[in-house]
Amino acid sequence: MKALAFDAIATAVQARFPAVLVQKADNGQMALRVPKASIVDVAHFLRTDAQLAFDGLSDLTAFDTLKYPSTPPQDDICVVYVLFSYTHRHKVLLKVHAERAACDVPTVSGEWPAALYFEREVWDLFGVRFVGHPSLRRIMTPDDWEGHPLRKDYLYPATYNGVAHLRDGQHFEAAPPRSGGPL
Amino acid sequence: MNPSDRPGNRDDEQIVLSSVDEFLAWGKEHSLFYLLFATACCGIELMQAGGPRYDVDRLGMIPRATPRQADLMIVAGTITHKMASRVRTLWEQMTEPRWVVSMGSCANSGGPFSKWSYSVLNGIDKYVPVDVYIPGCPPRPEALIDGVMALRDRVRRYRTLGERDTTPHVVAGHDAPFGGHCKVPDFGKPPEGKA
Repeated sequence: MKALAFDAIATAVQARFPAVLVQKADNGQMALRVPKASIVDVAHFLRTDAQLAFDGLSDLTAFDTLKYPSTPPQDDICVVYVLFSYTHRHKVLLKVHAERAACDVPTVSGEWPAALYFEREVWDLFGVRFVGHPSLRRIMTPDDWEGHPLRKDYLYPATYNGVAHLRDGQHFEAAPPRSGGPL
Repeated sequence: MNPSDRPGNRDDEQIVLSSVDEFLAWGKEHSLFYLLFATACCGIELMQAGGPRYDVDRLGMIPRATPRQADLMIVAGTITHKMASRVRTLWEQMTEPRWVVSMGSCANSGGPFSKWSYSVLNGIDKYVPVDVYIPGCPPRPEALIDGVMALRDRVRRYRTLGERDTTPHVVAGHDAPFGGHCKVPDFGKPPEGKA
């Protein structure tokens, strides 16, 4: 067992995949920015390499970069993979950017079966289509829900199932925009 | 003395006349079996009400694990749009006459989620008819018992052939001891010199 620091992990990955970039977040957290097309290869390398051996997918989540204070402004959906090695007790963060319009990322469920549920959640809430996922269905919201709620440009539904979302006489001035009906 | 000769024990003194409906209502009022069903933190208060300190068993309220045996549904907690149709199904599985108590702000109106949430239903009364609303976030067990007392009034008035009271009842605020529905004994002023 030998835990590696982030720099050593980044060097090992970049030696094999030169397109992978090192990214530092505003809070100082280090991550590897992986091109969308090579995420499965990188994931396979990280899991099977003896020095790295990332045998656990701790989390797979996403965030919307729209309205993010960055120059130039972005509107990508960023998928985040939190990997942990039970063998070596080290971890790493991967980030994959997917374009907002054609939002598809290859699935990593072939490497970590835990990704099956995480990817359903990210599909449900962010609308990232994971190519190759065997059963990409909604998991949180009802099956007939429209839109992906955690996107920054999501329009709140005015009604669902014929039931108005606001009570009679209830109105909010600064609430998020809702499709149809008055605020 | 022969026990059957004691006053009130004779056969002709053991007969009480009542109407069938009144007798059934009396039975229903004292055996409000409730569906053990909770979706959020109000459920903790509901469990507390069933615990030894408040002990709603003494009111004849026994939790039931299936809606087919339950008379009362206590909607305790946040109901999302996804959950609402399930609540409706549970309510439809209950046998008539059935009663619904909406417990806490979330079940009453969406509560803290009513403004910013896309997924929370603004009040369970959009899916099932509610007999008693209990305010509070969450209501204390006293408030729940107060709501049950208000419901018992209504159950007592229930007549099989009559018209059912469908006007919802709102019990008083949760910070009032027993909500004001029950009589609270007057203990007088605290003695002088004590805070």
